[in-house]
Amino acid sequence: MAEYKSGSNLEKILAAGAFAFTGELGPPRGADGDVVRKKARHLSGVVDAVNITDNQTAVVRMSSWAASLIAASEGLEPVYQMVCRDRNRLAMQADVCGAAALGITNMLCLSGDHQRFGDHPGAKGVFDIDSMQLVRMVKTMRDEGRFLSGGEMNGRPKMFIGAAANPFAEPLAWRVHRLAKKIAAGVDFIQTQSIYNMERFAEWLRRANDMGLTEKTYILAGVTPMKSVAMAKYLQSRVPGMDVPDEVIKRLRSAGRKNVAEEGIRMACEQIERFKEMKGVAGVHLMAIEWEHRVPEIAQRAGLLPRPRVD
Amino acid sequence: MIVAKQKPFEEIVDMVKDADKLLIVGCNECVTVCEAGGKKEVGILASALRMYFANQGREVQIDERTLERQCDHEYLEEIRDIADTYDAILSLACGVGVQFMAEKYHSQFVYPGVNTCFLGATEERGVWTERCQACGSCILAVTGGICPVSRCAKRILNGPCGGSTKGKCEINKEVDCAWQLIVDRLKALDRFSDYEKITPLKDWSTDRAGGPRKVVREDVKL
Repeated sequence: MAEYKSGSNLEKILAAGAFAFTGELGPPRGADGDVVRKKARHLSGVVDAVNITDNQTAVVRMSSWAASLIAASEGLEPVYQMVCRDRNRLAMQADVCGAAALGITNMLCLSGDHQRFGDHPGAKGVFDIDSMQLVRMVKTMRDEGRFLSGGEMNGRPKMFIGAAANPFAEPLAWRVHRLAKKIAAGVDFIQTQSIYNMERFAEWLRRANDMGLTEKTYILAGVTPMKSVAMAKYLQSRVPGMDVPDEVIKRLRSAGRKNVAEEGIRMACEQIERFKEMKGVAGVHLMAIEWEHRVPEIAQRAGLLPRPRVD
Repeated sequence: MIVAKQKPFEEIVDMVKDADKLLIVGCNECVTVCEAGGKKEVGILASALRMYFANQGREVQIDERTLERQCDHEYLEEIRDIADTYDAILSLACGVGVQFMAEKYHSQFVYPGVNTCFLGATEERGVWTERCQACGSCILAVTGGICPVSRCAKRILNGPCGGSTKGKCEINKEVDCAWQLIVDRLKALDRFSDYEKITPLKDWSTDRAGGPRKVVREDVKL
C-alpha cells in the first residue's frame, strides 16, 4: 500500500492518477444545518471531495469546519477552506488541530477576499500570516509535529494541503513563480480560479509544465458554469482576478434568453473535456455557485461518472 | 510625516459648543505640511467657529496659538500661563499632540480637531498616501524598498494575492498593488531571485500587537 500524507479520498484518487473531480458547497447564512445537508445530498457520490467555503466574499456564514462535519455526515469528503482574514496564528493552529481530530483530511489555504467586499466592511482584517505561510504551517504541523512556535504537538494533523492559484492575474510571467513558491511552501494540490480564458490558462499551464511544477503538485482546473448573461457580465467587470473574454458573453447571448443556462452548462462540459486532454491538469474543481443541484447532471454529461474508487 | 485630516465642522462644534472661551492650538510640524492643523488652518477654523457662534447669538472668545511642536514638553510649556484661563482647548495636532497636551494640562478639556490618519508622504499638493505602519521591524531591504505591511491591503508578505488585477489592488482600482510594485522593482534591480524566497512569519510583537511601545536610549538620556 502506498504511503499517504493524509489518506484522504482526494489524495488517493490523485495519487492513483485518476482525473479528480471536486465540488464546492457554500455554507448558509445562519444556523440551519439542513441547508448544508440538502446541498450535500446533491453532491454525495458525484464528487471526490467538496470544498466548504470559509466566509466567502467576506460575508458571515456558518463556520467552514462545522459545515464540513455536516457534509461528512452526508457521506462527502470535505476540503476545509481556511482564510487568513479572520483568524490569527493561534486560532488557525487550534482549528487545524480540531478539524483533524474530527476527521477532516483536506484543507485549502487562502488569503481571503478583503473584508470591505462583505457584509461587515468595518471589520478588522487579521492577516497575521499569509496563505503561503499557512501552507507551510500546516505542512510543518503534519510532517514535523510542531507548532509555529517550534513547540511539539500532541498528535499530528493528517491533512492533504491545497492552495489556490490565479493564472489570470497580471503579469503572467511571474504568476508561475508564485505557484513555484506555494509548492516550495509545501502544497499538495492546487485549485485554480474559475477559467474562462482557455488560451491564457493553456499558456500558464505550459509555463508550469516547462518549470516542472506539474510534476510536483496536482493542479485542478477551476470551472464555474455561467447561469446567466448577467452573471457573466458581473464576473467580467466586478470580480477581482477574473478573466471573462467577450466571446463567452457573446456565445451565451446568442443562445437566446431561455437557453442561457443550458449553454453555460454545455460550455462547462466542453471545458472539462479539454482539461482531460491537457498535460499537467490532474482534475477539475467545479464551483457551481448556488447550483449544487445541477452538479450531478454536469458530471454525467462531462463523462466524470461514476467516480473511481481507490482503496 | 504623520498625515491628518481635519474633523467635520459639525463634529468640532459639538465638542466645543459649551465653551465660552476656547483656545485653538495648531502645530508647526506634520499637520502644517499636510494642511490639517497648522497656523493657517487654526485661523480658518477660528473664523468659521466665530461666525457659527455669532449666528447662534452666542458670545464666545476664540483665541489662536500655533506651537512649534505639541509632542515636546518645552513647546507645550509655552501656554502654561494661559491654559487654565480657557474652558476648553481644541488641538489641531495629531493624536500624539492632543494626548501630550491633555497629560500636561490634565484639569482642562482638550479636544482633537483632526483625525490622525497615517504615516505618509505628499504625493502631490493635496494628495497624501500611506508608506509606513511603524511595525517596528523594517523589511524594506528584501521587498525592493516597497512596504507590503503598509501598502498591501492584506499585509501579505508573499504576494500578490489573487485579487491583483492589471497592477491594481482588489479593494480599489485607484490603489496600486504593492506586490506588483515590489516585483517590478526587484526586476529592475536584477534581484528577482529575492521574490522566489518565501518570506517567513512576521513577528508582530514589535507592532501594536505587542502593546504600547517605548524606545529608550540610555546613551542620549540626560
